Amino acid sequence: MTNGTPLSGLGMEFFIDHSRGIGCKACVQACEECDTHRGISLIHLETIMRPDSVQTAPQVCMHCEDPICAQVCPADAIKKTAEGVVQSSLKPRCIGCSNCVLACPFGVPKYKVEINQMMKCDMCYDRTSIGKRPMCATVCPSGALAFTTRENIERTRQGVAINEWQFGGEVVRTKVNVLVPRSVHRIDVTVEQIGRTHTEEYDVASLLEGD
Amino acid sequence: MAKPPIEIPELVAEFGPKLNRTPVTGWTTDVQPDKLVKTHCCFCGQQCGIQLKVKDNRVIGFEPWEDFPFNQGRLCPKGVTRYMQDEHPDRLTAPMMRKEGTGFVPVSWDAALDKVAGEIRRIQQTYGNDAFALLGGASLTNEKAYLMGKFARVAVKTANIDYNGRLCMVSAGAASKKIFGVDRSANPWSDIPLAKAILVAGANVAECAPITTHYLWQARENGAKLIVIDPRMTPIARNADLFIPVRPGGDIGIFNGILHIMIERGWIDRDFIAQHTTGWEQVEEVVRKYTPEYAAKIAGVPASMIVKAAEIWGPAPTSFLLHARGIEHHTKGVQNCMAAINLVVASGRIGREGCGYAMITGQGNGQGGREQGQKCDQLPGGRDIENPEHRKYIAGVWGVPEEGIPHKGLSMVPIFEAIHAGKIKGLMGISSNPMVSLPNNSYIREALEKLEFFCQIDFFLSETARYADVVLAGSLMEEDEGTTTNVEGRVIHHKKAVDPPADARVDWEIICDLASRLGAGEKFAFASPREIFEELRVASKGGVCDYYGITWDRVDREMGVFWPCPSPEHPGTPRLYEGARFNHPDGKAHFQPVEWKPAAEETDSEYPIILTTGRVVSHYLSGTQTRRIGALVDQYPQPLCEIHPLLAAKLGITDGDFVKVESRRGAVTVRASVVKTIRPDTVFVPYHWPLDRAANNMTVRAIDPISNIPEFKICAVRVGKVPEPHDAIAELEVQAGGVR
Repeated sequence: MTNGTPLSGLGMEFFIDHSRGIGCKACVQACEECDTHRGISLIHLETIMRPDSVQTAPQVCMHCEDPICAQVCPADAIKKTAEGVVQSSLKPRCIGCSNCVLACPFGVPKYKVEINQMMKCDMCYDRTSIGKRPMCATVCPSGALAFTTRENIERTRQGVAINEWQFGGEVVRTKVNVLVPRSVHRIDVTVEQIGRTHTEEYDVASLLEGD
Repeated sequence: MAKPPIEIPELVAEFGPKLNRTPVTGWTTDVQPDKLVKTHCCFCGQQCGIQLKVKDNRVIGFEPWEDFPFNQGRLCPKGVTRYMQDEHPDRLTAPMMRKEGTGFVPVSWDAALDKVAGEIRRIQQTYGNDAFALLGGASLTNEKAYLMGKFARVAVKTANIDYNGRLCMVSAGAASKKIFGVDRSANPWSDIPLAKAILVAGANVAECAPITTHYLWQARENGAKLIVIDPRMTPIARNADLFIPVRPGGDIGIFNGILHIMIERGWIDRDFIAQHTTGWEQVEEVVRKYTPEYAAKIAGVPASMIVKAAEIWGPAPTSFLLHARGIEHHTKGVQNCMAAINLVVASGRIGREGCGYAMITGQGNGQGGREQGQKCDQLPGGRDIENPEHRKYIAGVWGVPEEGIPHKGLSMVPIFEAIHAGKIKGLMGISSNPMVSLPNNSYIREALEKLEFFCQIDFFLSETARYADVVLAGSLMEEDEGTTTNVEGRVIHHKKAVDPPADARVDWEIICDLASRLGAGEKFAFASPREIFEELRVASKGGVCDYYGITWDRVDREMGVFWPCPSPEHPGTPRLYEGARFNHPDGKAHFQPVEWKPAAEETDSEYPIILTTGRVVSHYLSGTQTRRIGALVDQYPQPLCEIHPLLAAKLGITDGDFVKVESRRGAVTVRASVVKTIRPDTVFVPYHWPLDRAANNMTVRAIDPISNIPEFKICAVRVGKVPEPHDAIAELEVQAGGVR
């Protein structure tokens, strides 16, 4: 806790470590408690393929340096704060076209039919701007979501934090970091990868074949 | 006459479970709380610190409590949504009496308490004192657990009091007492990240003790190797260094097999064994035949896995063993735990930094609830009710003659057997819901129906309270004050956030008022829970679980105090057995040789599949509270039968089909979840639901002979595809036992 000082000024950053995730949804429930969108959970907890594995993946907004959602917005409704936080669409401007929903490479923005507006994770701007950590990263019981200093992450985690992604020909840099093995420097996502997963190692029957 | 006064669907319509989805102030942000109450989550033995937001005597939300050292603000979905149990439409707000054909009607407290006291007296005068039994619970504070034990022995004067910790981890406690002489986790959780080898046996940590996950992952960041033993690939097993998908009941094969290899390869600490233990020769003798191949047959896994486990555990410089219900819920539960602990003692890695052992207690006050004397064989301070010295001391504290204290009574399952046998005629329960939580559910229902009188103290009308003659509207944790003792043995303080609503009362006052009506008022003249704790301190003084040096003020100042703490100057004892001093009179750890034996009910051609039961992350115990919180029900609405695709294909079952899971005792009809994460010879159904969705319809009423824990983890079933059910129970909302 920092007694009301905005946390961005203290070098606090957001980190995701997918290897720690347990799918408990504490983040999903806690997201509803964020004052800028109380009662609406904006974090996504993806269940990868439950028939094959218990693996899950929490997805907060990655807060791109050059947000694609904002680039494609025809109404100029999506703004980034000085600290680099990409916010929900501005209500007076948003026309509910869902361009951002389709364009985001991380699948973050959601079009809310009831209010005809796009809403998304804003890194708990109401909390981080007054010295509190985001709800999801505060409650996360596994440490899969963490909001802390880079120094602290480097001291306590084996992986390395990176924030560069390659989607086909496009390189995207994000404010949010992901922890990956030390040999990885950029995450390359190719279309061919999608849908091709190897799950034999998670099949209990094949484990039992053993000797 | 203990039957529901009206049909179940009618009771559900009036008393729920209904879902609360919205804070009492709505999802607004313009209501500022009057105060933030630093307290603890009531769901599970981790007892995470949390701050409740209170406005005008109502709980309106929460804020993480990052300064509390155990969880540092971390919470699971139950903790996050816990405040939704407050201001709930189902909340009982007045005492009620059963009225045939009408339901439950509100009455005055005088009328209700006079009725209960009168029935206790009538039954005892007619059939003897022990014909009235009491059921306590491990979600009660230490103060209330102490009060229940004293109430039974001093006011009701019955031997028959037991508690639902009997269904939880008593086998772990018994094993720990046999080997170490103490029933408590040996180490604070801060030792976990310092261990280089971690063995987790039968503990779905990610779902049942989510906060502990961070400790495990922190250990791995520090270079630890993690072994997980479980019939299912749980979320922590997925990322473990070694996952051993044990056959339910095969754990001893793994433990004895590992020890066999440790001996063979010289990975045991012979100096430690010689100086600080007894009984090694017998253990060595027993495990001689547990070669990897022999052990693997018992465990139902490849022998190479057992060798790999030994290669991680055996030579490690530091290590930590954790176990939970997966190895404890067996008719050989004590044996399973002792075989596990033997691995710790043989390594000599205990009683120092990064070296130790813990059972992951599940219930809110699972640790403290089993120390203060609400067990059938126990007096406060973890004392033995048959030990003359112990009886004499407690008689002195209570101001009663020693011979007036009843002797050992019946434990939980035998209490229900005694009801069937006509020996127990009256029952009063608090903090327990046997209609969901006890094995062989139809047997439990028949027992309740045979009672001449049944009273339940509860905050919601649980499935069990429906069978009551009198329901006394008690209190939620946040409506009263007291202490609990967390999974580490750390005594912590639950602060009162709000008053009980309307005409509901705090539990301890209800019990004291009943004691007064039974003529023991002067022994229960407590003005506050703090006064009860002051007496508890004295009663525990000199016992194994010594709280004498602990005060509420110290607990607040020091963020909890670990027992034993024998004097106000004593710092408390986060880590037991330092300097290899164990709690037996000879100061040594007592090895216990363990031989594997089969389960009470093994599979056969008629019932060829193993059923194992357990929990999911969004529900707590019998679901009385969590099945009333919308977000938690949405997260896991109804029980599913997890089944491997190989077994499912053989039975013609596909994902989402309705299946009937049936044992010799009963059945459930639920949807199938076809997953590769479970052994193909085993199916899993979580137990939090009632009626035709109760996993305990199938489980076997067989108990461990030493600890009396039931065998929830193994029974024989058959599974078959069935059409979607459309009966009156199936049509209920899912949280009430329906299907969707």
